[in-house]
Amino acid sequence: MKSSVIIFPGSNCDRDMDVALKKFGFKNQMVWHNDNSIPKSDLIVLPGGFSYGDYLRCGSIASKSKVIKSVIDFVNSGGLVLGICNGFQILTETGLLPGILQQNKYLNFICKNVFVKVKDKKNKYFKDIKKDILELHIAHNEGNYFCSNDEMKSLEDNNQIAVTYCNKNGDEGDENNPNGAIKNIAGIFNNKKNVLGMMPHPERMIDKYLSGEDGSLFFENLLRNLN
Amino acid sequence: MIIKVVVTLKNGVLDPQGKAIQQTLNGMNFNNVDDVRQGKFFEINVNENDEAKAKLQVEDMCKKLLANLVIEDYKIL
Amino acid sequence: MEVTEKIAVEHGLKKDEYKKICDLLKRVPNITELAIFSAMWNEHCSYKSSRKHLKKLHTKGKHVIQGPGENAGVIDIGDDDAIVFKIESHNHPSFIEPYQGAATGVGGIMRDVFTMGARPIANLNSIHFGSPQHKKTKNLLRGVVKGIGGYGNCIGVPTVAGQTSFDESYNGNILVNAMTLGLVNKNKIFYSKAAGVDKPVIYVGSKTGRDGIHGASMASATFDDEIEEKKPTVQVGDPFTEKLLLEACLELMAGNSIIAIQDMGAAGLTSSSVEMASKGKLGIELNLNKVPCREEKMTPYEIMLSESQERMLIVLENGKEEHAKKIFDKWNLDFAVIGKTTNTKKIDLLFDNKNVASIPIDFLAEDAPIYDRKWKKTKLPQKLKFDKQQFKSLNLSDCLNKILSSPNVSDKKWIWDQYDHTVMGDTIQKPGGDAGVVRVHGTTKAVAASVDASATYCFSHPLTGGKQIVCESWRNLISVGAKPIAITNCLNFGNPEKEKNMGEFVECVEGIAEACKYLDFPVVSGNVSFYNETKDKGIKPTPAIGGVGLIKDYQKMITMDFKKSGNIVYVIGKTEGHLDQSIFARNILLEKKGPPPSINLFNEKNIGETILNLIDKNLIQTCHDVSTGGILTAVSKMCIKGQKGLKINSFKELVNKHEYFFGEDQGRYIIEIENTNIKKVNDLLKKNSVHFDNLGVIQDKNLSFNGEMNLPIEELTKTHKYWLKNYMEN
Repeated sequence: MKSSVIIFPGSNCDRDMDVALKKFGFKNQMVWHNDNSIPKSDLIVLPGGFSYGDYLRCGSIASKSKVIKSVIDFVNSGGLVLGICNGFQILTETGLLPGILQQNKYLNFICKNVFVKVKDKKNKYFKDIKKDILELHIAHNEGNYFCSNDEMKSLEDNNQIAVTYCNKNGDEGDENNPNGAIKNIAGIFNNKKNVLGMMPHPERMIDKYLSGEDGSLFFENLLRNLN
Repeated sequence: MIIKVVVTLKNGVLDPQGKAIQQTLNGMNFNNVDDVRQGKFFEINVNENDEAKAKLQVEDMCKKLLANLVIEDYKIL
Repeated sequence: MEVTEKIAVEHGLKKDEYKKICDLLKRVPNITELAIFSAMWNEHCSYKSSRKHLKKLHTKGKHVIQGPGENAGVIDIGDDDAIVFKIESHNHPSFIEPYQGAATGVGGIMRDVFTMGARPIANLNSIHFGSPQHKKTKNLLRGVVKGIGGYGNCIGVPTVAGQTSFDESYNGNILVNAMTLGLVNKNKIFYSKAAGVDKPVIYVGSKTGRDGIHGASMASATFDDEIEEKKPTVQVGDPFTEKLLLEACLELMAGNSIIAIQDMGAAGLTSSSVEMASKGKLGIELNLNKVPCREEKMTPYEIMLSESQERMLIVLENGKEEHAKKIFDKWNLDFAVIGKTTNTKKIDLLFDNKNVASIPIDFLAEDAPIYDRKWKKTKLPQKLKFDKQQFKSLNLSDCLNKILSSPNVSDKKWIWDQYDHTVMGDTIQKPGGDAGVVRVHGTTKAVAASVDASATYCFSHPLTGGKQIVCESWRNLISVGAKPIAITNCLNFGNPEKEKNMGEFVECVEGIAEACKYLDFPVVSGNVSFYNETKDKGIKPTPAIGGVGLIKDYQKMITMDFKKSGNIVYVIGKTEGHLDQSIFARNILLEKKGPPPSINLFNEKNIGETILNLIDKNLIQTCHDVSTGGILTAVSKMCIKGQKGLKINSFKELVNKHEYFFGEDQGRYIIEIENTNIKKVNDLLKKNSVHFDNLGVIQDKNLSFNGEMNLPIEELTKTHKYWLKNYMEN
């Protein structure tokens, strides 16, 4: 399987994502934001970081990059696009995903492990994943997901909510919501479920010496589903 | 009454956001944009009928909270 | 405008220093030249009060590739890998504007590291605030933490460890010390020494504005009507530009274009150009009209003094300009050829086709004043005689709870949750342990780093305090299984013109020197920050030590959390029960006199090496050094981290339990051992003549002792975590 990770000025999880994808068997390439086209890929990843310093609104300036047109074409042709953290923010700013990521409710950057519940498995990302509750890692200042009532209705009607914050038993109470996201949303799909944006970083949880290993489950599963 | 305030970085203080926005606008073919400075806009509803008094209070707020006078200026509109 | 003695004094020069300038030049300097002298001869650049004493530091060793004097120190960690690291203060700017002050502090230290060709892999910080009750403390803390996070998180370098303390001596002068570690191939290290004549001098990065032109500029403004417009401004950090600068510099460094490179830190273009020329024994000529400026009508004076951030000065090989420009264009950064190296051994500045300054480089560097300031020795305070009858009324649980929830001991999670500590995917020990540990990417090695300061001990007796803090750094590295390699020091002191403050500096340095030499733990970089005082009152002497150690096989790294019920816990090292200057004495007995615990360097070394040996042989599960708060505080933290309890044995021979549990004797560790390894551990400890006490056995839920203390770990956890979060959020 071939993947491409796009580097925007200010991306800083591009290498981490490259390491993770290669570890699980993807043939990964790095693509510069100013490129006109993206090499043939089965998966495109918009990595985490602070593209353009998070200036104006997180992801807003990156969403005007030259390469984004190719990303949109790729999505329209059914290709898989994964946006992590700042990548998720870029996807909402391009309009590929609905809603917006606002500043965390308690106004602080948060870096810690969280649990998320997989809400939908009828998609390439989570089909047959071995656990329903994953321990992943978040590191963001703007992860407080928000959308309009209409958008929420359509997210729910089409099962587009991908993962929600919870505790290790799967309870989604307020106390398990780290950033104030509406309905504890940690990640969503587009309506065709080929685009996934999520705040947690699976690439930081890929061996037992790091924060945990549930990120490995995510990548192994994704690769299996793509084969 | 609603008092409007704009807080901007002082002249000469580096505005990294403004700079990034300007470069992006140029990249989007708004070629005649030479400089962008960004700031914050406040609408403050003060329970007060006398405009002069209200503005005086808002000025105090600017000095004490809304603006960081080390790097920012404020303007009451 | 004529330069006079008055103007020179307004620029921070002493009268005799100004006279020396006139004598050297054999004329009166112009205002731009005066500015250059004032920048180069000030304490920050010239180390004029400290240099004599810094020479005492032990700076060499088999791992040292580069000692003090470069942008940062460099150590060899094998296989062509080297670690570049340094700590630096940004105290005064952080007090004026905490967010930007702290942010630009982090930005500056990272530039020092990547200037040498290293990719930053870990950040640390040591931050010290006034009393929690002081009205400014909360906002300063919030701003500093946000600033450190704002910059480091954006660049994408994990912040892996740090230290925070509160003491009223910092009420009017907080300390913000930032440290960075970078990784470089030891054959691809870049230095600031220029070489060769007629080589192009390149300016890259952000544009130059009137940022941070210090108080000195107020004087210069007197010859200008637009005084308001020219008020000195705080430097604003732009981490996004720094990230681009980092990537662009590393890209350029991959080729063979750079002869010398230096970041523009304090005193910006002045110190960077003078240092490059001075080290290369060359001259330098700059055309200031070529310097990219952000503001209009900037004068040579302002251009030379500006402290705008995210800028670098590079001496390139001839003919590499186009290649370099392409890289900086790609990253959307300013690039300008602003001058060349010369054989004149002078700095010559051109502006509007006129020569606006011409000064022999030696006058600025080698001829800068050096002072042998008067200093006063601090006598070792007399040891106190505590009334042990009084202890009987002090319940152990109450004392422990008080200590665990005290500002300086309480959990600092509220702070480090705001720092990205996992980006780069190699952080294997997060903040909150004895040291932060990051893997050397793609290898089996890992690097441990910690930062420590103990102003209380240093204030009581600087010589002992200086030794102690080096030992504490050493122990923190040992505790994670790392072999201590070298340190960087940030020496924060009061006014060197006062004998007491100068004495504190001299004796702390001597203490540091003695410990470093004995432990073969050399100082490879550092920074001195004097004049930390307000209204004539200096801070407590606060040398911060950043230690770096190597773990050859990261799978052998250990942590401080208790692992398994039934395992045995030992105290390693002898406990005499030294209470003077302990947190128990200060916070519970309200007794602030007495000497700090003494240091036995032989024991330190022997015990430390023995612990490393135990870790290397996989004989122990857990290790934590005993520091502030003594044994009981140390084991409580280990219980909390592992969510395990501990049943402490009752001792017949115990002289006094308060002294035993809360004494702060040095050179001690707590270790956890599997039952099956006990004999081997005992044998090794005995063979090395290391004293140990069998403290107890790990149990599930409670920390208990003799029926007189039985604390649920859940409760201890809350006590430990409560203070800071509650303080900041209410």
